Amino acid sequence: MSWFSQTLTSSIGKKLLMALTGLFLISFLVIHATINAMIFYNDGGETFTHWGHFMGTNPIIRTLEIVLVAGFLIHIADGLILWKNNREARPIGYAVNNRSANSTWYSRSMGLLGTLLLIFLVIHTAHFWIPNRSNQFATGEELNLYQMMLDIFQNIWVVLIYVGGCISLFWHLLHGFKSAFQSLGWNHVKYNGIISFVGTAFSIVIPLLFALMPISMYLGWVK
Amino acid sequence: MEGNMSLSLKVWRQSNKETAGGFENYKLDSVSPDMSFLEMFDVLNEQLIEEGKEPVAFDHDCREGICGSCSMYINGRPHGPLRGVTVCQLHMRSFNDGDTIVVEPWRAQAFPVIKDLVVDRDAFDRVVSAGGFISVNTGNAQDANSLPIPKEAADDAFSAAACIGCGACVAACKNASAMLFVSAKISQLALLPQGQAERSIRAEKMVAQMDAEGFGACTNTGACSAECPKEISMENIARMNREYIGAKFSSSAV
Repeated sequence: MSWFSQTLTSSIGKKLLMALTGLFLISFLVIHATINAMIFYNDGGETFTHWGHFMGTNPIIRTLEIVLVAGFLIHIADGLILWKNNREARPIGYAVNNRSANSTWYSRSMGLLGTLLLIFLVIHTAHFWIPNRSNQFATGEELNLYQMMLDIFQNIWVVLIYVGGCISLFWHLLHGFKSAFQSLGWNHVKYNGIISFVGTAFSIVIPLLFALMPISMYLGWVK
Repeated sequence: MEGNMSLSLKVWRQSNKETAGGFENYKLDSVSPDMSFLEMFDVLNEQLIEEGKEPVAFDHDCREGICGSCSMYINGRPHGPLRGVTVCQLHMRSFNDGDTIVVEPWRAQAFPVIKDLVVDRDAFDRVVSAGGFISVNTGNAQDANSLPIPKEAADDAFSAAACIGCGACVAACKNASAMLFVSAKISQLALLPQGQAERSIRAEKMVAQMDAEGFGACTNTGACSAECPKEISMENIARMNREYIGAKFSSSAV
């Protein structure tokens, strides 16, 4: 094996990949949340559609979209491999285990939270991204995403699934954001405070912003 | 004696690596609260010998918290309920009269059970053999002051070197990861001038050996550090990640 693949398949290398793709996906969340928040202008989707059109047609963004899909796939595949390796490291478990005495439940449940997010991701892309891109490939025309949101978010069950996805995202980020820096070796007395603060704030603000979108449309605050 | 306790013990018994084990229940009366946990096991074993039964095998040596031999998973936590102590430093006053105490061996693929509560921790020795050393030429030791070492670096190296290799980090980790142990062993040398010669090859080889032994990866839950009897810091794991990634991307070992 070359030194490069040796590095990436080592236990530390796999965590390095998780951290790098995780931080990349975090940067995607910033863009996604910002552009979607344009619905809160409540201008019938004019600003939102303007930016949605830019994201859907700009050649640089469309190229980065391929990198984004790769980022998701690596993060998911690497996570599953780590989950399998880690389970194999302890074939016989403890009869009595008092884990809450030494760690938080969400830090121990990244695989479970990630799986919930993956299920949400499938539902979410089936609602918007896949139909829109399919239509673009077939006809070259974009769909009216704003109208689709208004329609889809009339169903209370869909709204609940989206809010559930946001709650999973909150817990996943609450550990994942800080954990990524530790995996990258960025544990330093000068930066730990700011990483912890930004990580917690990010984990609250982004999922809250996302959750408000289906809720606002369901309750008719955004029309 | 007044103030002594009655306890129920649920102890893991296993004849050897190959056979399946199981829990056995024992009753102990008149346990002094001033006994250490291991002394309580001595009392149990004397009782078992008198009854003509096989005593419980458990690891112990110094009984003053520095050898790293004792390794019991007590009521769901390595080294029991207290922080920063080994089993031998845990006293029965940390329990209450009438308690049921469950005692299991460390559980990890890399730490097979030899007998009862004794596990094989040779994997740690092999990780250290892979690179946890420095090469020193023979001859007189040079004057200590000829190697300037910042106080902070010496302190950090000393804190890492406090690791006694008991394996509580592996036992506590949900992934049975040995990263706290390996990172302490890498850090204690990487921080000092004497450790510079083999610095990158050390990180590469020790991590490779750690992976070969079948330990898991790190999820940064912090359970290892919380349960470590020497309270080794998670900063060491971050340092190991830097050492390893830096070595992999810059050393001339292809």
